[in-house]
Amino acid sequence: MSEIQSNRNHKSLAGVLNQNSEKVLNEWLKEMSGSTRRSDLIRESDLRAECSRFLQLMKQATESDSANFQSPAFEGVRDMLSDISRSRSQKGFKPSETATFVFSLKRPLFNEIQNQYRGDADAMAAEIWKLNELLDAMGLFTMEVYLKSREEVVRRQQEELLELSTPVVKLWDGILALPIIGTLDSARTQVVMESLLQAIVQTNSRVAIIDITGVPTVDTVVAQHLLKTVTAARLMGADCIISGVRPQIAQTIVHLGINLLDVTTKSTLAAAFSVALQRLGISFVRETAKG
Amino acid sequence: MEKIPILKMGEFLLVTIQVDMHDRLAMALQDDLTRTISQTDARGVLIDISTLEIVDSFIGRMLSNIAAMSRVLDAETVVVGMQPAVAITLVELGLSLPGVRTALNVDAGMELLRASVRANKELYGSRVD
Repeated sequence: MSEIQSNRNHKSLAGVLNQNSEKVLNEWLKEMSGSTRRSDLIRESDLRAECSRFLQLMKQATESDSANFQSPAFEGVRDMLSDISRSRSQKGFKPSETATFVFSLKRPLFNEIQNQYRGDADAMAAEIWKLNELLDAMGLFTMEVYLKSREEVVRRQQEELLELSTPVVKLWDGILALPIIGTLDSARTQVVMESLLQAIVQTNSRVAIIDITGVPTVDTVVAQHLLKTVTAARLMGADCIISGVRPQIAQTIVHLGINLLDVTTKSTLAAAFSVALQRLGISFVRETAKG
Repeated sequence: MEKIPILKMGEFLLVTIQVDMHDRLAMALQDDLTRTISQTDARGVLIDISTLEIVDSFIGRMLSNIAAMSRVLDAETVVVGMQPAVAITLVELGLSLPGVRTALNVDAGMELLRASVRANKELYGSRVD
């Protein structure tokens, strides 16, 4: 019995899409034009082409497997939905606008099913429920892809920020400075360490100053990372000076029991710079006014 | 078997490691170097590892050992030209090579050796040859 039932149902959804696809398409476009039509972001003709292709794919999918969105038959639909979702998130559609692409298909399809099952309330309810589940699954899938593509953007921006946030500055012939702004975590320290060591080799610098004025807090992990950087620089034959240690940070370091005894620390970048000059044997003399 | 050459430059020895160090080669270098130091009465050893790209804990420890041995034989050791990747690896391995002096390149290393020999002479007077 249920076999026959599902057979008839699946025929009917595919049938609706087969016979009345033009009508469904028009109603769907009308439905979308109400609330979520963004004519500033997508052209009417493009949207129409997208929708009709989507209906085509749906027809193919429902013909082979009635309503299981996870089945292989729906692969084409899934691919298209993820493409749509991704491109919408890039174009600047709101999440609700993106999801409504699928949800606005409900009314046209429900209407058609209603027409087809006129008088058979049970079968209509079953069919509508099935369709409802399918469209909900599609809607959720769309949102998932939307969020995923947004997350990708965020991740890419983070990486770019990481690259930008570690400039190595040359202060003098043989003296480098590395001003660190923001919290140091493992990934960032790795970048900091690598770019500093690379710069030491490239510029042949004997002294490197790591300025932590912009680092809000120093905990054991951050201190560990700093010590590693200093040690690595020493192994390459360069001296490291840590500058910009604020009073609170000095207190924290001592309370945490971190041993910075082997590292030269200075409170300001200026102080560190003068130590660096001293190590290179450079000294400045103020020109006194003549006469 | 390949061998790492040890060149004599005045009162210093110059070792340039240009091939991948494997353990046996490292041990051979240790033997050769200690023998050459005592034979030539060298005052300093300069180890150039600028072409070394891969290190492991054994090589790290060997560098440290060579420095310690040379010190016992009254010669300063300077390791020069370590690559960033090598430095990071050694630090991550927990080998900070305490007691090994380092310099950016051979020039800087030579300068360091001369300075330390000069300082030693001023402190203890020159060695009777």
